[in-house]
Amino acid sequence: MSSRSSARLGRSIALHLFLTPLALIWLFPLWMMVVFSTMPDNGIFSPGIELLPHGNFMDNFNNLQRDTDFVGAIGISVSVAVTYTFLSVLLTSMAGWALARYRFFGKGVVVAIILGTITLPYAVVLIPQFIMVARDFKLANTWVALIVPPLFNSLGVLFMRQSFSMMPDDLFDAARVEGVKEWRIFLFVALPLARPMLAALAIILFLASWNNYLWPLLINSQPGSMTAPVALGTLIGLTKVSWGGIMAGAVMLTVPMLIVFVLLQRHFIAGIAAGAVK
Amino acid sequence: MRYQNATAYRFLAPYLLIFAVFWVWPIIDSFMISFQATRTVPWRFAPGFNWGRLIGDPAFFNALKNTLLILVIQVPVMITLAIVMAVLLNSPLLKARGLYRFAFFAPVVVGEVAYSAVFRLMFNLNFGIINKLLNSVGLPSVDWFSNVTPAMALIMIAVTWRWAGYNAIILLAGMQSIPEDVYEAATLDRVSKLKQFFFITLPLLKPVIVFCLVLSIIGTMQLFTEPFLITERGGPGGGTETLGLLLYRQGFRSLNFGYASAVAYTMAGLAIAITLVQLWLTREPK
Repeated sequence: MSSRSSARLGRSIALHLFLTPLALIWLFPLWMMVVFSTMPDNGIFSPGIELLPHGNFMDNFNNLQRDTDFVGAIGISVSVAVTYTFLSVLLTSMAGWALARYRFFGKGVVVAIILGTITLPYAVVLIPQFIMVARDFKLANTWVALIVPPLFNSLGVLFMRQSFSMMPDDLFDAARVEGVKEWRIFLFVALPLARPMLAALAIILFLASWNNYLWPLLINSQPGSMTAPVALGTLIGLTKVSWGGIMAGAVMLTVPMLIVFVLLQRHFIAGIAAGAVK
Repeated sequence: MRYQNATAYRFLAPYLLIFAVFWVWPIIDSFMISFQATRTVPWRFAPGFNWGRLIGDPAFFNALKNTLLILVIQVPVMITLAIVMAVLLNSPLLKARGLYRFAFFAPVVVGEVAYSAVFRLMFNLNFGIINKLLNSVGLPSVDWFSNVTPAMALIMIAVTWRWAGYNAIILLAGMQSIPEDVYEAATLDRVSKLKQFFFITLPLLKPVIVFCLVLSIIGTMQLFTEPFLITERGGPGGGTETLGLLLYRQGFRSLNFGYASAVAYTMAGLAIAITLVQLWLTREPK
C-alpha cells in the first residue's frame, strides 16, 4: 500500500514539475503586456531585463490617446459588442428553437447547410460582403456594417438546438394544452430554462465581436468609426509611435476580458466546448 | 408529430435572411467575380483572366507554400500540445487546478491585435525580452523579423500560444464525457496509465480531435492578422505572406476583386479537400 501511495506522490510531483514551467511560459506574454504598459518607451527599448511593473501606465495611456482616439474607439467597440450580442443571441436561439422543437419541410437541408458552413472559410464571402455593404448599401463606417453581417454564426445555432432539444416535451405540451401561443412558449418558458446556455453563448459572441479585427478593419476604416482593435492596429508598425501607449491599449482590451473570464469561467468553457460535444 | 412549417419558418426567418444576404449570395457572387476582369469599368466577363493569372503567379505560389508550411507544422504541434494540456489538466493528481487552467485558457480571450503587439515587442532584435533571455543563458540573439525561417517560426509560436488552450478546452470536455468506469475496469486489469491513454482515451477522443483539426486547419488556412501585424505585412520580403494576406493585398489594397476572389476560392477548395481527406482517414471502420 505504501509503495503505491509513494508512486502516486512521485507521479504527482512529476506532473507539477512539467506543468508549472509550461504554465509560466503561457502566462509570460500576458504578464509582459502588463509590464510593458507600465514602462516608459525608453525603458521598453533599453538593454536591461525588466520583469516587474513600473508606474507609467497613465503616461502611456495619455500617449495612446494622443496617437489615436482610443477612448472613443472603446466606446464604439462596447456599444457594437453589446448590440451584436443581444441580436445574435436572439436570432441564434430562435433558429435553434425551430430546429430543435418543430418538424418542418426542409429541416434536413437547413441543418446540412449550417453544418457545411463550418468548414467553409470566411474568406469566400469577404469580398462580396464588402462590395455589397460598402458600395451597394453604402453602409461603410456605420454601426450597422459592424453589427449585421457577422450575425450569421453556425456553431451557436447548433449549440442552442442541442440545448432546446434536451428539454422534456411535457414542459411545452402543458402550455400548448392551455392554448399558449408558440412565441410565448419560446419567450417565457424555453428561454428562461435555457439561461445557462444563453449566458455561455452571449459570452462567446461578445468576445468574438470585441476582438473581431478583419471585417471592422475593412469596413470601418475612417478614424471616427474604428473599433478599438482596429484603432490600435493602425499604430502598430508606425515609426513615431508610443509603444508604451500601444501596450496600455492592449491591456485595456485584454484585462476586462480576463476578469470576465475568471468570474464566468464555467460559462466560457461551456460555450467553447459546446462545438464538439454532440 | 405533425408538420409545423409556418411556425418553424417564422422562428428561422431572421436567421435565414441574414444567412441568405450575407453568406449564400456572397458565396455565389465571389465565384462569379472570380471569372471577371474587375479592374476595368464596367467589369467584364473574362473566364481565364484571374484563374490564368493565378496559376502563373509566383506571389500566389509563395503565399500557398507559406500557408501550407505553417499548416503542416503548426497545426499538428498545437493539437499535440493541446492533447497533452487536456490530459494533464484532467489528472486527479493535479493541485491548484484553477491556476493551471487559467494559465492555458487565458489566451482564448486575448484579441489578435493585442497579442500581436506584445509578440512584436517580446521578439524585438535588440530590446526584446526573448533575445535578452537567450543571451543571458549564453545563446546568440535571433533576428526574428529579417530572416524567413525565424519569422515563420515566430508566426507559428504566436498562433500556437493563442489557440492551444482553446483546443485543450474542447478536448478536455471530450475527455470528461468518457465514462469513468472504462478507466476503472482498465485499472483493475492492471493496464498502465500510458496504455490507457493510447488504447482508451485517444480512440474514444478521435471525433473530438478531428473536430479540432478541422477548425484549426480552416483557421490557419485564413491566417491574416499575425503576418499582417507581427511580421509587418508578410515580411521579410514576402517570407511570411499567407493566402489571407495575398487576398487582402489584392482585394483591398489593389482593389482587384476578381483576382482576390480566385484566391478566396482556392482557399475554400483547399479547406474542403483537407477536411474531406481528414474525415476519410479517420472514418469508422465498417
